[in-house]
This record gives sequence, structure tokens and C-alpha cells, in this order.
Amino acid sequence: MDLTLHVWRQKGPKDTGKLETYKVTGVDSDQSFLEMLDVLNEDLIKANKEPVVFDHDCREGICGMCSQVINGRPHGPHEETTVCQLHMRRFKDGDEIFVEPWRAKAFPIIKDLIVDRSALEKIMQAGGYVSCRTGGTPDANTHPIGKPIADYAMDAAECIGCGACVAGCPNSSAMLYTSAKVAQLAVQPQGKVEAKARVKNMTDAMQAEGFGNCTNHLECQASCPKGISVKFIAKLNREYLKTIAG
Amino acid sequence: MILDGKAPTGPIETAWDRYRFETKLVNPANKRKYKILMVGTGLAGGAGAATLGELGYNVESFCYQDSPRRAHSIAAQGGINAAKNYPNDADSIRRLFYDTVKGGDFRSREADVWRLSQVSNNIIDQCVAQGVPFARDYAGYLDTRSFGGAQVSRTFYARGQTGQQLLLGAYSALSRQIKAGTVKMHTRREMLDLVVVDGVARGITVRNLVTGEVESHWGDAVCLATGGYINVFYLSTNAMGCSVTANWKAVKKGAYFANPCYTQIHPTCIPVAGEYQSKLTLMSESLRNDGRIWVPKKAGDKRPANEIPEDERDYYLETKYPAFGNLVPRDVASRNAKQMTDANRGVGASGLAVYLDYRDAIGRVGENTIKERYGNLFDMYEKITDDNAYKQPMRIYPAPHYCMGGLWVDYNLQSNVPGLFVLGEANFSVHGANRLGASALMQGLSDGYFVIPYTIGGYLQTVIPGEVKTDHPAFKESIAQVEEQSKKLLSINGKRTVLEFHRDLGKILWDNVGMARSKESLNKALQEIPQLREEFWKNVKVTGSGNELNQQLENAGRVADFLEFAEVLTLDALNREESCGGHFRVESQTAEGEAMRDDENFTYAAAWEYKGEGKAPELHKEPLKFENIHLAQRSYK
Repeated sequence: MDLTLHVWRQKGPKDTGKLETYKVTGVDSDQSFLEMLDVLNEDLIKANKEPVVFDHDCREGICGMCSQVINGRPHGPHEETTVCQLHMRRFKDGDEIFVEPWRAKAFPIIKDLIVDRSALEKIMQAGGYVSCRTGGTPDANTHPIGKPIADYAMDAAECIGCGACVAGCPNSSAMLYTSAKVAQLAVQPQGKVEAKARVKNMTDAMQAEGFGNCTNHLECQASCPKGISVKFIAKLNREYLKTIAG
Repeated sequence: MILDGKAPTGPIETAWDRYRFETKLVNPANKRKYKILMVGTGLAGGAGAATLGELGYNVESFCYQDSPRRAHSIAAQGGINAAKNYPNDADSIRRLFYDTVKGGDFRSREADVWRLSQVSNNIIDQCVAQGVPFARDYAGYLDTRSFGGAQVSRTFYARGQTGQQLLLGAYSALSRQIKAGTVKMHTRREMLDLVVVDGVARGITVRNLVTGEVESHWGDAVCLATGGYINVFYLSTNAMGCSVTANWKAVKKGAYFANPCYTQIHPTCIPVAGEYQSKLTLMSESLRNDGRIWVPKKAGDKRPANEIPEDERDYYLETKYPAFGNLVPRDVASRNAKQMTDANRGVGASGLAVYLDYRDAIGRVGENTIKERYGNLFDMYEKITDDNAYKQPMRIYPAPHYCMGGLWVDYNLQSNVPGLFVLGEANFSVHGANRLGASALMQGLSDGYFVIPYTIGGYLQTVIPGEVKTDHPAFKESIAQVEEQSKKLLSINGKRTVLEFHRDLGKILWDNVGMARSKESLNKALQEIPQLREEFWKNVKVTGSGNELNQQLENAGRVADFLEFAEVLTLDALNREESCGGHFRVESQTAEGEAMRDDENFTYAAAWEYKGEGKAPELHKEPLKFENIHLAQRSYK
């Protein structure tokens, strides 16, 4: 198939940036979206032009590195799919496709489609852990955890930290991201001990990094390539209220 | 030179305990005086940096991604082994040790494998304490499943994302130490040189991938947890950024590369679909718990799977290996798949695939149970192939996945260069010539949480903290050397792209140094690799400059290193005139076509010393002794 791409090009953080138009021809429906961009880049290099830079690594939908807004949707049109797992069979001959970076105050653009997501790291560092030391832990079967709780924790833990929830949210909120970790740890006995301090510290960090608040648009859940549910945001709010209640 | 692995002598059951008592310790108050550099943030590097920081050392950690959580350990699917014996099926540390040594085809160091088996149980305890959501049964206890090469159920798992969950556990521990200030994190940095002063590792030189700036860092010890080199094949299941570069730069500064020819071709990957393909995707080995592998009995049978009647299907693994069936180790499963496709009995459009069929399992336990066990894998398969594996069998084919070879290390995880330690997949130590499923995660976390924190102390207490810092001329030289290489790559301005060279190199290796290697094919590769390398340095085109984010330049450096390293890999394969594990020499096989070792001549680890451009590397040997397990022909029948 032949496609027209409008790709965001920006030389650096201070450059204003703009959409450039490229034609790509003979795209195979079995190619992934990134493989289609690989071919575009090969053509650009041969024409002595700068290839488009974009973050990517595992190309199997788990590392969370890839981060593109395609036709206005983080990770593109196919539900619960990262860009690297989006295949060209989801498009048709003659399509015009707009490719942009994550856009959020907390994610400054580094170059082209690459943004700085270190703000997400700060949230995790503020409390996204159980403060156990290496060694000295009890036998793994000491505390049975009911299957429904274990499954709930795992549903939350599937977050790949890509930031699509932030890119999809009109408020650029990192609530879904933060809540997934808060919820995973708050329901398990290992994480309960520090639950109050954790939710407070992580939420404070989230606000300090310039992410907005949640006003229930639910775009985060719709954007999430792992289908993380907004029920975890409700859980976060409940945990947060508990800290205020003392 | 004969290398000494420094494994403790005496009874193996108590070797690690005795070692821990006998090793000299660093006083808690002195630990903060030492600086340790940790390169890589996967299971080994993440766990190692967190644990060393927690002990009080000053740690600086480096990764090329934008977050330590993205290291490729994240992609491991199936599980992690441990000798807990929770299912009461006669597992033990000794059995895990035995299975691992046998699975590695008797080419690993016994004492290292025992230690791994011993600490495997601590790993599960540690991860559960961190809140890793392992699969549990309805009573709330941890669940396990079976993996290849074992007849017990010892693999702990978190859906099909075990690597992700374990890495996020290590990442959480690392995040806690970053917050505490004991670990300083440097993201988007790629290691491009090891700084060695008077034969001792003293630091590293990295490129800041955002600004292009080349920086040096000193450390009282340098740890490489930089993963494997299987991307030398171009198409593999590794992440795009995985490379041999950090390890190869260490080799150029004197470290020995051990057993590079031990590469693992994983049997259950999604087959190649077209010429633009950039990577291959693994389907977890756990799928072989319930899936049955088959091909049509008749050559050239192109009917759809559902139209081939039962008596015309060949469940070749079940027939040939009744004891292990579909759960034979990876090397055996891959070689058998190749034999089928070579005999024109492959399936799918390319004929380069075999079926992995769930029909019988769904009939036995129902679609819902299968969905619960493997749902995310079936979804992933559908995303990539557009096929529904609940309705028709998956098509799978072997793909390069892991490397057992790596930098040579002794029992301390220290390379032959004092002060240089190597962890996880980057070293060669425990998997011999073939790694069993669910053992990579075990090794990464073992090295990081429970081995390096002990072994590094013995070295550090012989060093004066901060004795050599970045004002030493060796650091300036190192920076100049790295900048020189970038300049050279940017100045060629040839006609072919980096990707094209990488693809060509991969083809040479896959065709000649892949699942079946012969003297003839290896010699052919040894002719073609240097030619391609020469062309690369004359005709590669790298756009942009060195002073900015430049992914072409990053890749060019990685491919340049692969082009040198590939020759050593091939030489090692040529030197080892036996078949063992993932290394199959067609000249050395039994009457039934199984790998045939030559214990008399090859019971050693081959460690290669770099001698300079255009010169043959020198082979050093570490003889391997088997005192606890009797050397035997590996059989899974």
C-alpha cells in the first residue's frame, strides 16, 4: 500500500518543530508500524536527509520505550497495542497518517518523536516499592495471598511505564500510572505496612513533576496498551483519603 | 595459558558457605569510601546496583534506555526456576544442579552451578517480599509449572510476564536506593570503552546519547551486566539496542571472551514474515506444557492443519523422546524442527515453520483454562500474525534468542582483568553449552542479589579507594579514542546504510554458523565476515553529527563491533570440533542425529584473547572437572 505520512520533526528542545510530509510506497501489511518507519528512514538516509528519530527497543510490546501519537491516539488506532506491535494491516492504501510525540508539560521533547520521561522515574522513586532489604526475607509461602488479590495485583502490575496514559489525558495526568503501583502494593500484605506513606509520597511527587489531576475523562484507560483499568485510580483515591483520615 | 576458575575445593554442598566465611569483608564504615560502576540495569545489573547501594557502597549505574526498567530482561515470559519443592515432586538443590549441568551438556563449572541452585530459593523469597505478583493457587500458595529439560514442576511465573515482574521488583529496589542517594543513575548512556590502568579496570567511557558528549567515570571496580550478543544474527528475539559493544570494548582492553559459539536458538518463535522484518518474537517455552508440536507425515503436504487427519500427523518429539516429549530442552527441539523443514515437511507459506497445537489441550481442560494460562501469548500471536491460535495451531520456528557464551569469569564473577566483574548473560559461567528454560532469570538475580555483594568485597579490600580517578591520562586517552571512532564512522559517507550491513552479517551467520555448523560453512563465514567488515569501513553511510542525538551513529558503532566479534564467534565454532548443546557440528553426531560430544578433547571452556586488528586471537583454556556428576551422553528419550 502507499501512504502519506505527516511526521513531527523537531531538532531539539528549543526548536519549535513542525510536521513534515513524506510519501511511503509499497508498504507490506505484515510490517509493523516501526518497520514501516525503518524503511522511510533508509530512504531518507540514502537521499542525504536526516532520518526520523524515535524511541523503541524490545519491539514486542513490553519495554515501554516506544511512544508515538498516531492520528491523535497514543500508540495508534488498535486497542491495547503498543506502536511496535501495531501492524500495517490496520491501515489501508492511500491513508494519511499523522505521527507525533507524547505531548505533556512533564514530558519535554528531546528530538523529533523522542520525549524525556524522567518525571515518571521520580514518582516511582518517591515510594513505588516495599522497603525490604536483600536477604532476610521469610519463606515465600509464609503468607498465603488469595488468588483474587494476587490477580488484582498482577492486573495493576502489568503497566509498562510508557506514559501513553499521560499523553492521552487532556490534563496530562499521571494518575493511572501512579495508581497502578499504589494499588499493586496496597492490596498485598507485604505492601500494606507502608501503604499510607507510599500513596502520599507518590502523589506529591506526581504533582511536583507537573502532571495534571484526574477529572474522569478515562482517556488513560483507552490509551493504555495493557488495558490498565481506571478502577485503580479509585483505589488510589481511597488510599489517599485514608491517609488524610489518619 | 591454563585459566584457574578459583572454585572452592572440597565438598560441593558446602562450597559457597565456606567461601562466604573465608572471604575477607569490607568494614561497614569503609564501604562508603568505595565507588562501584554498574553497567546495565537488567535483572543482574538492577539487582546488583540496588543491593550494593543498600550495603553502603557508592554505586553509579548506567543504561542506554531512558529508564532502568526497560532493560531486555523485561521481555522474558515464561518463568524462573527454584528448588523449593513446593509441589512435593522430589525436587532439591541437587536435582536443579544436576538438571542444569546436564542441560548445559557438561560444559559449565560445577561449583558455580551449585551456588546458583542453592540461592535459587532465596530469590523467590526476595521477590515475594518485594510484592512481585507471582501466580498463586486458590489457597493462596505459589503456583509452579514445568519447563524443558526437567521432570519436576519448579518454574514460578507471573502470567506470561515473569521477566517484567521480576525486573520491576529489582527496579523498585533500585529506585529506592536512587532516592536514598546510594545509587546515582545515568540513563541514556552507552558504554564505549573500558579504562584499564596498569592492567586493572579503573573506569568506563560512555556516550551521552542525548547530547553526544563523551564522558569518563572512575570506579574502584567496574561491573558489566550488559546482556548478550545474539543480535549478531541481526534477526533475534533481543531488543534492538542489545549489542556486544560493552563486552567487546572490554575484550579490546584485555578481557577474555569465553565460548562465543554457544548460542541458543529458541524453538518456539513466530516465523519470519518478510524481508523488512526487524526482529523476531518469542512465544514462551511454557506453551510446550500444553501444546503439541507436529508436522505432516507426508513431505510437501500443503493442506490446512484442520484438514490433515490424525494418522497423517507426526508428533515427532513425542515419538522420538517419550520420556520428555514436547518438553525436551531447547537445543534438541530446535534441531528437530530444522530436520523437519529440511525434509520439506515444514508448514505455512514459507515452509519454515512447524505446528504448535492446542486442540487437544482445549478439549481436555477447556478454552478458559488455556486462556488463563497463556492468554497474553495467544493475544500477542494474533497481533503479529492475525491468526487465532484457539482455532488453528500456531506456527513456530527456531530463532536466535540467548547466548551462553560471554566474558570469562572466575568463581568470584571477576574476569581475567582485575577489578572487572561480569554478571548475568554477559558472563559465560553457569549454562554450559545450552541454557534450560527459566534459568536466565534465575542467574541474573542470583548474580545481582546474592553473589556479587559477597564476591566483590574480597577484591575491594585489596584496593585503595579512589586511587585512580578521571584526572589520570588513561581517561583522556579513552575519550579521545571513542571520539576518534565516531569521527571515522561519520566521515566515510558511503552508499550503504548501517542496517544493510547488519542484515548482511546476520545472513552470513544464520546460513553458516546457525543451527548446523560444518568445517566448510565455518570457513566460508571466515572468508565473508572480514570482506563485509572491510566494505563497512569503506562504504557505510552515517548521517548527522556526533554532537547530538544520533541513532544512526549508535547503531554504526554496534554493528562495527559485531563485525569484529562475529569472526571470533566463528573461530570458536571451528575450533570446537564436537557437538554440544546449542553448538552442533554436523561432523560430530550419533547415528540417530543427536549431538555427540568429544569429552577427551573438549572438556574445557575456550577463552579468547584479542591480539589486535587483523591478528588471530589466542585461545586460553579452562579445563572443566566433573566430580559430582558423571559425564554421560545426554539423553531425553
